[in-house]
Amino acid sequence: MIELRDVHKAFGAKKVLQGVDLTVPTGESMVIIGGSGTGKSVLLKCILGLVRPDAGTILLDGKDVTTEERDDFLSHFGMLFQGAALFDSLTVWQNVAFRLLRGSLKRPKDEAREIAIEKLRRVGLGPDVADLFPAELSGGMQKRVGLARAIAAEPQIIFFDEPTTGLDPIMAGVINELIREIVVEMGATAMTITHDMTSVRAIADDVAMLHDGVIKWSGPVGEMDNSGDPYLDQFINGRAEGPIEAVR
Amino acid sequence: MLLSPVAGLGRSTLALLAMIGRMGLFFAQTLAAVLRPPFYLREFGQALWAIGYNSLPVVGMTALFTGGALALQIYAGGSRFNAEEVVPSIVAIGMARELGPVLGGLMVAARVASSIAAEIGTMKVTEQIDALVTLSTDPMKYLTVPRVLAATISVPVLVAVGDSIGIFGGYVVGTGRLGFNPAAYLKNTADFLEMWDVTSGLIKGAVFGFLIALVGCYFGMNSGRGAQGVGRATKSAVVTASVLIFAANYLLTELFFAA
Repeated sequence: MIELRDVHKAFGAKKVLQGVDLTVPTGESMVIIGGSGTGKSVLLKCILGLVRPDAGTILLDGKDVTTEERDDFLSHFGMLFQGAALFDSLTVWQNVAFRLLRGSLKRPKDEAREIAIEKLRRVGLGPDVADLFPAELSGGMQKRVGLARAIAAEPQIIFFDEPTTGLDPIMAGVINELIREIVVEMGATAMTITHDMTSVRAIADDVAMLHDGVIKWSGPVGEMDNSGDPYLDQFINGRAEGPIEAVR
Repeated sequence: MLLSPVAGLGRSTLALLAMIGRMGLFFAQTLAAVLRPPFYLREFGQALWAIGYNSLPVVGMTALFTGGALALQIYAGGSRFNAEEVVPSIVAIGMARELGPVLGGLMVAARVASSIAAEIGTMKVTEQIDALVTLSTDPMKYLTVPRVLAATISVPVLVAVGDSIGIFGGYVVGTGRLGFNPAAYLKNTADFLEMWDVTSGLIKGAVFGFLIALVGCYFGMNSGRGAQGVGRATKSAVVTASVLIFAANYLLTELFFAA
C-alpha cells in the first residue's frame, strides 16, 4: 500500500503540490488525472525519491520511503516513462534486462537475455527486435520495450507516466490493454498518470484528480461520471467552461 | 533603474559562486563514488576507447603541426642572437612541458567535454537519468566515474603520444627546411630533455583529463530542458573545461617549476 500524507513540493515560488493526501491499496490500479503542469509527474517522482518533497510523509507498506535503503526500496518498483527513456547506447534486450545484468538482482547473461526475450514476447515483440537499438524502433515499439523493462524484474509496484501520449489511437488502445493485462496477471499495484480519458477507463480501478496541488476528487472509476464534482466533470468531459480556468 | 547594471553584476557573481559551490560538491561526490563499489568495467572500457583511442588523430595532428611551427619560430628567434642550434632542445622541452599537455588538453576538451555534456544532457532531458535511478543504478557511478577515470588515465597517454609526434614535427621541419643534420637533431633532443620535463607534462595531462570529464559530466547532469538546454550545457562544458585547463596549467607550472 502506498500512502501519501500532506505532501508539499515547491520549485522556487511555484507551489506544485500543496498537501496531497492519497492512498493506493495493494493490487489496485490507481490513475491520477489532471491538466498539464498540475504536478502529476512530480507526485510520482516524489514517491520514487527522484524529487524530495518539502513536507509530508510518503509510506510504502507503512515504511517511510525517504529513510528506506535506496537500492532495496527501488527494487520493488518498475516504471514506464513518458518517452520510454530507453538507453540508446544499449540494445533492446540489454535495456529490458538492465536490472538483471547488474546490482543485487544480477544473473548470468544468457539467463538475463532469455528473460528479456520472454518479457518482449509478453508485450507483443518478437525475438528479432532484441538486438536492435532503440533508435531503430517506432514510438509504439519503444513504449512496449519500456513496458517490458518495467516488468522485467517482477516489481510489486509499477508506475506509468502518460503511457499513451504520442501514440495513435489504435496503438494507445493496445498499450492500455497490455497494461491492464499485465497488472492483473502480476497482481501488482499500479499507479498511472494520464490525461487520456480512454486510458483512464481502460486501466483504472480508482481515479484521483489532481488540481491546484491537491487531490480534488478520488473514488472508483465507476463513480467518476456521476461524481457531482464540477472540476472532475469539466475535466472528463473536456469542457472549456467551468471552475478550471483554461487559457485561450 | 540606475542600479540595474549593478544588480545584474551582483546576480551573475552570485550565480558564478553558486556554480563553483555546486561543482565542488559534484567533485566531492565523484571522489566518493570512485571509491565505493559497484564498479562498471564495461562502461569504463567504452569510455577509455571513446576518450582515449578516438582522440588520437586530433591530438596527433595538433602536435605535429605545433611541433613544426615551433621549430620555425625558435629558429627565427634564435637566429637573432646566433643560437639556431637550440631548436631541437627547445622544441622538445616546449612540447613536453607546456604545449603537449595544454594543446592536447584543449583539443580533448573540445572533443570530449562537449560529447560527454551532450550525451549526458540528452539522457537527462529524455529521462534516461531518472530511469537509471529507478533501475537501482547510481548515475554518478554508472556515468560519471567511468568517464572521469578513463579521461584521467588516457589523457597523459595522449600527451605522451602528442609529445613524440610534436618532436617529430619539429624534426621534420628542422631537417627538411632548416638544414639540421638528422643525427645531430636527435642527439640534441635526447641530451637536453630531462625526465622531469616529460613527467611534469604527463601529470598535467592527468589533471586536465580529470577536469575535462568532470566538467563534461557536471554540465550534462545539470543540463536545462530541451535542445536549447543541452546546447547550452555543451557550450558551457567546453568553455569551462578550457578555462580550467589554463588555470590549472598555471598553478601546476608554478608548483613544478617556480624557483
